[in-house]
Amino acid sequence: MSAAFDEKVHNTLADANLQLAIYRATARLIDHRKHAVTADALPDYQELRTEANAIKRHTIDHLDHYLEQFEANVTAHGGKVVWCQDATEVADFVLGLAKERHARLIVKSKSMTTEEIDLNERLEHHHLESVETDLGEYILQLAHQRPYHIVAPALHLTRYDVGDLFARTLGVANETAVEKQTLIARSVLREKFLAADIGISGANFLVADSGAVLLVENEGNARLTTSAPRIHIAVAGIEKLIPRAQDLAVFLKLLGRSATGQALTVYTSFLSGPRRTGEIDGPEEFYVVLLDNGRTKLLADSAKRESLYCIRCGACLNHCPVYRKIGGHSFPWVYSGPIGAIITPQFLGVKHEPALPFASSLCGACAEVCPVKIDIPKILLDLRAEVKQDERRDGRGRMERLVFKLWAWVMCHPRIYEMAAMVAAGVAPAENGAWLRKAPALMDVAPVRAWLSQRDLPPAPPKSFRELWRKR
Amino acid sequence: MAQRVSLFVTCVVDQLFPKVGLAMADVLERLGYQVDFPEDQTCCGQPAFNTGYRDEARQVARHFLKVFRDCEYVIVPSGSCTSMIAHHFHHLFPADPQAMAAADALTPRVWEFSRFLLEVARVDDVGARFEDVVTYHDSCHALREFGIKDGPRRLLANVRGLELREMDAAEECCGFGGTFSVKLPEISGGMARTKIDSIVRTGARTVVSVDSSCLMQIQGALSRAALPVRTMHLAEVLASR
Amino acid sequence: MSREHILHTVRTALGRSAGQAIAQPPPVRLRLPEVDLESRVTSMLSRVEALAGKTHRAATAEDARGYVSTVLAGRSAVASNAPFLRECGILSLPGVQSGFTDAAELRALCATVHVGITSADYALADTGTLVMLASPAEARLISLLPPVHVALVPAGRILSGLDELFTILPHPAAQTSSMVLITGPSRTADIEQILVRGVHGPGEIYVVVVG
Repeated sequence: MSAAFDEKVHNTLADANLQLAIYRATARLIDHRKHAVTADALPDYQELRTEANAIKRHTIDHLDHYLEQFEANVTAHGGKVVWCQDATEVADFVLGLAKERHARLIVKSKSMTTEEIDLNERLEHHHLESVETDLGEYILQLAHQRPYHIVAPALHLTRYDVGDLFARTLGVANETAVEKQTLIARSVLREKFLAADIGISGANFLVADSGAVLLVENEGNARLTTSAPRIHIAVAGIEKLIPRAQDLAVFLKLLGRSATGQALTVYTSFLSGPRRTGEIDGPEEFYVVLLDNGRTKLLADSAKRESLYCIRCGACLNHCPVYRKIGGHSFPWVYSGPIGAIITPQFLGVKHEPALPFASSLCGACAEVCPVKIDIPKILLDLRAEVKQDERRDGRGRMERLVFKLWAWVMCHPRIYEMAAMVAAGVAPAENGAWLRKAPALMDVAPVRAWLSQRDLPPAPPKSFRELWRKR
Repeated sequence: MAQRVSLFVTCVVDQLFPKVGLAMADVLERLGYQVDFPEDQTCCGQPAFNTGYRDEARQVARHFLKVFRDCEYVIVPSGSCTSMIAHHFHHLFPADPQAMAAADALTPRVWEFSRFLLEVARVDDVGARFEDVVTYHDSCHALREFGIKDGPRRLLANVRGLELREMDAAEECCGFGGTFSVKLPEISGGMARTKIDSIVRTGARTVVSVDSSCLMQIQGALSRAALPVRTMHLAEVLASR
Repeated sequence: MSREHILHTVRTALGRSAGQAIAQPPPVRLRLPEVDLESRVTSMLSRVEALAGKTHRAATAEDARGYVSTVLAGRSAVASNAPFLRECGILSLPGVQSGFTDAAELRALCATVHVGITSADYALADTGTLVMLASPAEARLISLLPPVHVALVPAGRILSGLDELFTILPHPAAQTSSMVLITGPSRTADIEQILVRGVHGPGEIYVVVVG
């Protein structure tokens, strides 16, 4: 466990206002989703999940084929696919294009993939202005913060925080009414949309048979980003592919409902290529950046490959009792919640934050709500085994390993187990059955102290079950 | 000849909550079963498995398979231990087809206690009496891996004198999670406190679930908060007359 | 070359070779419910209203025109080049400009007028959705920049839902660079989960079903 993780967790738990904000926001999203997937609202819900899992499995298992098909169709419609192995290649491409086209201003719609590669920072470093246009992301950009949640990025901020922020960074009066704050952002960003040279979006799905990018949103900023500037660049991980436009009939029924409880988000854009001959508006140039950035590593591990099925709905975050306590910023990477916990070690290595796979009670709420049926608890268990193997290789964690070796040996020898249990029971005072606030003298070891830091310890009963059974 | 059933009481019940095991036996005998307790049993291996120690879990699982090999029914007062045996044992033996076959053969014979009553014994009324206001905590593994939700509530509905009140966070994890409770105690404790807040709001005097680990976590938190609410395993309620 | 490198790495990861055939994908899953026209119209209107949109069922083109005129209430508007709008007499309403084919000119206008008037290629009854394909008749920005969007849809164009849309239009990319599904007015709940309408897209939408 890193000290950084510990500290962030501790600070989040200690902040009563933040705890309330996280709990309430996630409770709302839980409730919205619940109502959207009832037997009345979506009778096919479980069938659709199974179907979505099957489509993703097939696509990922044949990803090379679909990548090539996608590229051919993008090209056929007048667009261009740009293959990028990492963050630097994406930045280089955008910077190169911007230079060639004398572009100065970029507008961006929400994209976790671009967060993953720190695209804005890289562009700004080269003196391009890159403005986030999703309200939550715009606020975070001004505040120099990372998203708190995949779908509700500014979940942790209050309207007072936003009022202060706008006053400080935009030089406007301090407004705390949310409607007024929204109008301020709208008016600032409208100018940007209309003046921008390049619009950068992510992609919720890449449709192989159409060479199309599918974008869902509620505000309209993604539509503006991809329709107003003369250049549109969509940045997407290679795992975003689905085979056919018709498969959207499955995925679109799951995405909005799982994320926010909406049958469909306000805008769903199916974009393939620059404007066609005769069309009046739309971009003149259309690029799709296909990003690896480590996804091929996950692809190679067939036991955990399903991690790539994720459609970034955020349902696992909302339902995770751990996320609801520690929030998005306790996680070491841009992806938080259960999905973050399983992909971070795979992308960055288990050493990056060895505590991460253990920061779960394995309650399974995430797997229950995942629209593409990723078995997150199973993957967490696999990662835990990997962490321990890694420790063993490095010669770390010797004490714990020894304890478990001893424990296993005892558990395989019933008579020894009985003896050990009697000795342990003898050490813990019974004291009228009251639960213990302090560790019994001979049991003042780390795990017992850890338990007692939060709750009382059960007293050892005078006789174990097996002793009582023998007398029965 | 009465049907024979074998108890796997789990290490937690054996060492800390023996009355749960006795209660289970009482109820099963009342229903006409002949109950035995294979004495060589110890643990299902879950603590090692959950902490990433697969080899150690495998050893303990082998022992378990040996002990229970010839049992027709293995009854378990825990959803998480049942899940370990019925779902995870299979994955512990990728290189040992014999052990895997033994695990697979055992899977259909392992039953969480409430499911056994409802689906094998086919009873939802065991003639119990327990006068109290009770709230039910949905243990995660029982709920999500075995669909155990309505079953215990049906059984409780038939307990004379019992008033059941639902808490709003019934399906939220209590925060035990095995070694999670001591590796990430602050988070675990926070989850426990959310749980007991929800319990307190019902006004219930007793919290019931099908998993003693959950009850240990919840009782520990209740006790620390000096709240006059007690916890009982479903088996103990059903054994009450 | 990154393309070759990435494809090679993908193939190695999957144990596949270049040009190798693929297994059959899961069959396309499209379920078409039997829903009569009247039910579809009713559903469409009630779904739009549930999203805080306003609706009107116009029996005739004149009826539609009259309603739109009331909605406009003298405010400036730009209309698309959709023949359906001409048929409904929208283009002759006072204050309505149309016939633009130049992107810059249209955009400048859309940025200043109050109302954007469009037709819709289809609508989806079960979600209250308008389906708009970009074309010489329909520009993208008219339904996006002005703060009010008025859409006229022939009743017969209302489909039961997404499944029917993708049944009759399996390849939208063959027809257009942009197909947009519009379900209610623009909104956000990014600040304290408080709902605000009209963030970037129109905050008010009016759906007129004709026929």
